[in-house]
Amino acid sequence: MTENNFWLKKIEISVSEAEKRTGRNAMNMQETYTAYLIETRSVDHTDGQSVLTDSLWRRYSEFELLRNYLLVYYPHVVVPPLPEKRAEFVWHKLSADNMDPDFVERRRIGLENFLLRVASHPILCRDKIFYLFLTQEGNWKETVNETGFQLKADSRLKALNATFRVKNPDKRFTELKHYSDELQSVISHLLRVRARVADRLYGVYKVHGNYGRVFSEWSAIEKEMGDGLQSAGHHMDVYASSIDDILEDEEHYADQLKEYLFYAEALRAVCRKHELMQYDLEMAAQDLASKKQQCEELATGTVRTFSLKGMTTKLFGQETPEQREARIKVLEEQINEGEQQLKSKNLEGREFVKNAWADIERFKEQKNHDLKEALISYAVMQISMCKKGIQVWTNAKECFSKM
Amino acid sequence: MDMNSFSPMMPTSPLSMINQVKFEDEPDLKDLFITVDEPESHVTTIETFITYRIITKTSRGEFDSSEFEVRRRYQDFLWLKGKLEEAHPTLIIPPLPEKFIVKGMVERFNDDFIETRRKALHKFLNRIADHPTLTFNEDFKVFLTAQAWELSSHKKQGPGLLSRMGQTVRAVAMSMRGVKSRPEEFMEMNNFIEIFSQKINLIDKISQRIYKEEREYSDEMKEYGPIHVLWSASEEDLVDTLKGVASCIDKCCKATEKRMSGLSEALLPVVHEYVLYSEMLMGVMKRRDQIQAELDSKVEALTYKKADTDLLTEEIGKLEDKVECANNALKADWERWKHNMQNDIKSAFTDMAEENIHYYEQSQIERGREAETQAEGEAGSMHREPDVGLDPGSPGSRPGPKPGAKPLRHPGIPRVDCFKISEAQQFGMCCKFCKLKTP
Repeated sequence: MTENNFWLKKIEISVSEAEKRTGRNAMNMQETYTAYLIETRSVDHTDGQSVLTDSLWRRYSEFELLRNYLLVYYPHVVVPPLPEKRAEFVWHKLSADNMDPDFVERRRIGLENFLLRVASHPILCRDKIFYLFLTQEGNWKETVNETGFQLKADSRLKALNATFRVKNPDKRFTELKHYSDELQSVISHLLRVRARVADRLYGVYKVHGNYGRVFSEWSAIEKEMGDGLQSAGHHMDVYASSIDDILEDEEHYADQLKEYLFYAEALRAVCRKHELMQYDLEMAAQDLASKKQQCEELATGTVRTFSLKGMTTKLFGQETPEQREARIKVLEEQINEGEQQLKSKNLEGREFVKNAWADIERFKEQKNHDLKEALISYAVMQISMCKKGIQVWTNAKECFSKM
Repeated sequence: MDMNSFSPMMPTSPLSMINQVKFEDEPDLKDLFITVDEPESHVTTIETFITYRIITKTSRGEFDSSEFEVRRRYQDFLWLKGKLEEAHPTLIIPPLPEKFIVKGMVERFNDDFIETRRKALHKFLNRIADHPTLTFNEDFKVFLTAQAWELSSHKKQGPGLLSRMGQTVRAVAMSMRGVKSRPEEFMEMNNFIEIFSQKINLIDKISQRIYKEEREYSDEMKEYGPIHVLWSASEEDLVDTLKGVASCIDKCCKATEKRMSGLSEALLPVVHEYVLYSEMLMGVMKRRDQIQAELDSKVEALTYKKADTDLLTEEIGKLEDKVECANNALKADWERWKHNMQNDIKSAFTDMAEENIHYYEQSQIERGREAETQAEGEAGSMHREPDVGLDPGSPGSRPGPKPGAKPLRHPGIPRVDCFKISEAQQFGMCCKFCKLKTP
């Protein structure tokens, strides 16, 4: 297939621009939304030159549609998450407005990250709908909907039921569920406190800026101290404005953590699927066992289990041997079918567990690597902040001592 | 920090104190050393109040002994200040800490409040001791040496309440008339004082605000560190990294605490003292103006009244002397005060800068250590260039930023223009934090 050949070449995907648009929504009301430009380039092995092969505009809701499709068709895969729909963990300087340019910029990066993660996933990258997402602008939505994936999706109610009722889920999945709950809770807490810390740090830096203004005004009346005050004031201004870049970098760090916060939900989705399949399997086995027993009872004539037929025969007299034969035959057919189904469900279940676990191992490695790198880069950011601080205050000290 | 007598932490052994040299306007050895310490609460049926122990060590002849220990309460300090102002109306008397801080203070006897006041009282007495004129004031001597009952009886001497009230009324009346022609140099002085007062008040507010923000930052950091430890409990492979980050944050927290205490020891008291000084200076200007006004009114009376010209002329003569004395005293003291102010402000801010440098150095060491140990596990990862392309064949490659557009700044790549400040930024940033009125 042409798609496979496509992926063998090295490709670059980027979400390069964001644009505000107005249009009419499904209810024919005017709305404003942001569209993102996705550019795909293929890189020639020989000279490393990249050629633009596709470029189209997509909005956030289309990304969501793509992801929902992937969730349904690849339930054993930990599907990469999208950047947040609404700004959370906001501190005073950040805006909670979806149209705010900083938010849009961070979302652009997050969407690019999503596409790159999907493209680098050994299974997901081969998906046709994903390929079309990158290459077919018009009609893509219709194509996705035509797959009927929404119908294939498991109902939330069914999944919830299974979670409560399943008797023997694979222990590893139960542990994984607990882990993902813990991960989600601890990262949310961390992000909340980080936002508060950022807010306070912003305060400390910015108030120093006021020194700059007052020193400058004061220097006007001082003869000897004037120059020192004036130049010290300048350094206070520099100090105060340095926090903006520092905190912008920190937002990127926060976004890296957020990605794993949302990954926790993806992990839970895989666990839910396993529980559903396992529950299904258990129900099928139970059903089969009860049918076998019924069959046995009919054959031997002993009634060990309660059945309506048993009651009625007791009350109204025995059924004829022919009737009994017929029933046994029906049951035997059902048992046969059931056994086939059970076998295939078992196989499916085992395949799922094997594949899911392989992807989970892949995910774990990715997570450990990414988080470690993020934490290190956070430390590096802090170091650079300290270096800047030292420089500014050393300069200020020199000015003060010359007063 | 300089070991001078303004430091309330000075040693109290007489030997070490006599050996201390303070070069100010007198290159001679200091011969009067005062400490204020040991606040104690006294409860009577009528009231509760705090007394402070005052130890004086001196080699001066006019003192009966070389060591004195007395207890004084705030009221006594107020009395002393009043007497000094009376005796030297145009000298710049050091300020006393406020009676009570209205905002946020429920109890007068809160520990921090008492300690701050003690330090300020210590400074007050030492400034008087260092003043070339005030140090020889008789009431000052009595304050330092007399026992409680002696002080009470001494206080009762001197002009009675009624005559003091009369003086105040006359003074108010004089000040209402205003000054006809303030000499040029005093106009300049007045101008300086007005602007200085505005600025130092603003600086006081700014410094207090910084302290508050640092306190809140430190509080948040205290919660921030432990979350990483909590997280490490569910991650096998990231335990070291997370615990490392947690310990780093905790150490930075401690460094912040130190920075804050530096601020509250070095900068805040000095700035606050000068806020009070600026109020004091306005009072001094008024008193000088009053003395001149007295002279002016007599001169005016002379030009209109022909009677009692001799008496008036005599009085005018005395007043002219008085005005000249007052002006000279003020001029000399002004220079001295300005010189001191410069030094005090300079060293206070230099200390603050030093504290901040130290804080960042500490933090940097911590983070550096942290980053090093973590990077050991990731060979060369800290210096990795950001990925531009992506090979879908390699699972788990870290996606990178889009080439060309505003780059996601890799921490290893410093931005060149980080010190550029735009005008808009400079003033815009003041908006939330500058609730202080611009004059």
